[in-house]
Amino acid sequence: MNTATHASAADIAVERHQSVRARGRLARLWASNAPGYLFLLPWLLGFFGLTLGPALVSLYLSFTDFDLIRAPQWTGAANYVRIATADPKFAAAMQVTLTYVVLSVPFKLTFALLVAIALNRGVKGLTFYRAIFYLPSLLGGSVAIAVLWRQLFAGDGLVNAALSQFGIEGPSWISHPNYSIYTLVALSVWQFGSPMIIFLAGLRQIPTDMYEAASLDGASKFRQFYKITLPLLTPVIFFNAVVQTIDAFKAFTPAFIISGGTGGPINSTLFYTLYLYQEAFGNFRMGYASALAWILVVIIAIFTAFSFLTSRYWVHYDD
Amino acid sequence: MSTSVVLEKVEKRYGTVDVIHGIDLNIEPGEFVVFVGPSGCGKSTLLRMIAGLEEISGGALLLDRERMNEVASAKRGIAMVFQSYALYPHMSVYKNLAFGLETAGYKKAEIEPRVRRAAQILQIEKLLERKPKQLSGGQRQRVAIGRAIVREPRIFLFDEPLSNLDAELRVQMRVEISRLHRKLGNTMIYVTHDQVEAMTMADKIVVLNAGRIEQVGAPLELYNNPVNRFVAGFIGSPKMNFLDARIEEISANHTDLCVGGNKMRLPWQLKGGTKEDKVAFGIRPEHLVADREAGIALATVNVDLVENLGGATMLYTTTPDGQQLTVALDGQQNVEHGANIKVYFDPARCHVFSADGVAIQAHEEHAAANGGGSVSDRYHAAS
Repeated sequence: MNTATHASAADIAVERHQSVRARGRLARLWASNAPGYLFLLPWLLGFFGLTLGPALVSLYLSFTDFDLIRAPQWTGAANYVRIATADPKFAAAMQVTLTYVVLSVPFKLTFALLVAIALNRGVKGLTFYRAIFYLPSLLGGSVAIAVLWRQLFAGDGLVNAALSQFGIEGPSWISHPNYSIYTLVALSVWQFGSPMIIFLAGLRQIPTDMYEAASLDGASKFRQFYKITLPLLTPVIFFNAVVQTIDAFKAFTPAFIISGGTGGPINSTLFYTLYLYQEAFGNFRMGYASALAWILVVIIAIFTAFSFLTSRYWVHYDD
Repeated sequence: MSTSVVLEKVEKRYGTVDVIHGIDLNIEPGEFVVFVGPSGCGKSTLLRMIAGLEEISGGALLLDRERMNEVASAKRGIAMVFQSYALYPHMSVYKNLAFGLETAGYKKAEIEPRVRRAAQILQIEKLLERKPKQLSGGQRQRVAIGRAIVREPRIFLFDEPLSNLDAELRVQMRVEISRLHRKLGNTMIYVTHDQVEAMTMADKIVVLNAGRIEQVGAPLELYNNPVNRFVAGFIGSPKMNFLDARIEEISANHTDLCVGGNKMRLPWQLKGGTKEDKVAFGIRPEHLVADREAGIALATVNVDLVENLGGATMLYTTTPDGQQLTVALDGQQNVEHGANIKVYFDPARCHVFSADGVAIQAHEEHAAANGGGSVSDRYHAAS
């Protein structure tokens, strides 16, 4: 009995000693890392307070009925069920958005790559042109440019005035359901500056002696492009494709301005985010809008994961 | 198979800047020619003009007596190995080797044996499925050479191909390229700034400086009989010593010089210069003797630094009038820092350059016996 008491007392002493040592280690760790955390604090506050927190709240709200005035009412998966089974506008918005993504991203990337190639051919005043071509990307997302676009493609806009010079009577591009989405695609392509800059940086990384070796082998410019330039540019193409696709899924301002917030005519510019906005701030169905937002997150996540999974088959990394 | 290369008054201008000033050069079929010179001397530019990667501003390039100025690089029958290897990182070694043949429209059945043969020559058969990033520097270099071989070109061009390799690998690849030349027998033009590479590989060395040829000749001819101070200083390692000197007297069978304040009589007549002319006295470090009395006494010098390389001993010394003199002694010598030693030279192995750098000693007669270079080689092997 006595021995047992002694043993347990010794155990307690050892445990206490260990716990004191552990606390000491933690204190030392804290002391050495505290300044780091202090500097991180603004970002941590922003991330938890303005990003992760609201995101988790919206995830909760997506399972409720919430109109901003009354407290949220838990409705389970009702919002999601309705979106999947009984919401024709969701289907319309999804179709418009997918059309926009599928058209604008390849066109924009192709155009950006062509301009980058043109600029990479030893143009004098490269920095000037680079800045000029980048300008639309800085302005493009703004309300002012969307308004300008509306003027350009209106029935009596500049585009039709130019076409009339050739005897062509153009429709009102933005108010015709068959064409309105294409004006938005054109606006997106016009903002090619950001991927163009990245393509240009990528092109300048390709050593010129690879082209010289290929030209000694008799490779034409076209063969050099698709056998050397394109494969060596795949990491940049991949990056641009992912970023631009995510951006395209999230596009909002141009559709909002051009359609006056309606997504019309006949839902032809009803971008997903615009529909989400209408549900949230037009109909005050915050729970439903939250569900829509989370579906978009899942769609973008699936697309991105798919892109990364397939990248090993077509993206060539040098190291 | 072997092709002659002739350059006739070849010039290169970038805008108003002349970089190659009317170069004339004959390269015999099957010759291994090395262009050597300091950075910016125009050696790579000249090579790229032969390859067709740079336009020729003036003069003519003839391959097998056929003018090539206007012929596209791919049609000149030339293959080039680049300093950076220029391997396509996204293609396997096999694809890299096959690229040129695929481009030329060869069928798969024709490509495969040629690729296998090149791989066999360079012993890279086991690497064919690998990507360049999975290869070592030496293996990449072999692939780059293999890419040139598969095309079975008339002429091989090498643009500083070994400069990215470590010293040991450089020596190994140097030997392999020389062996390849003997095996294939093609005309090869090789650019380097490393005069040891030039000396060891070339049938003929072309020394370039500021867009002009300083001298063309066999390696030992350049070593023994440099026509000017530039070539004398560039060829040979360690570098030739140059001491300020003055002509005291020239007669039919001797020349009296004052070198570093020390008067001496050379038993031959100078080809140029007159009494009181300032000249440069040139003597290679390996042609100086300090451990015994031999030939003419040059000076009693003070030893600043001793480098024992095992096979040779390098002494960095100062003459009584403050000029630097490097002495390379055979074997391991017990010389103390700060010691004063008397150095001697064989008058048949010294050089005299006029104030404008032209060799004026009667070198044809005096350098014939020069074996030269033994210490130099050991020095390089050790460094």
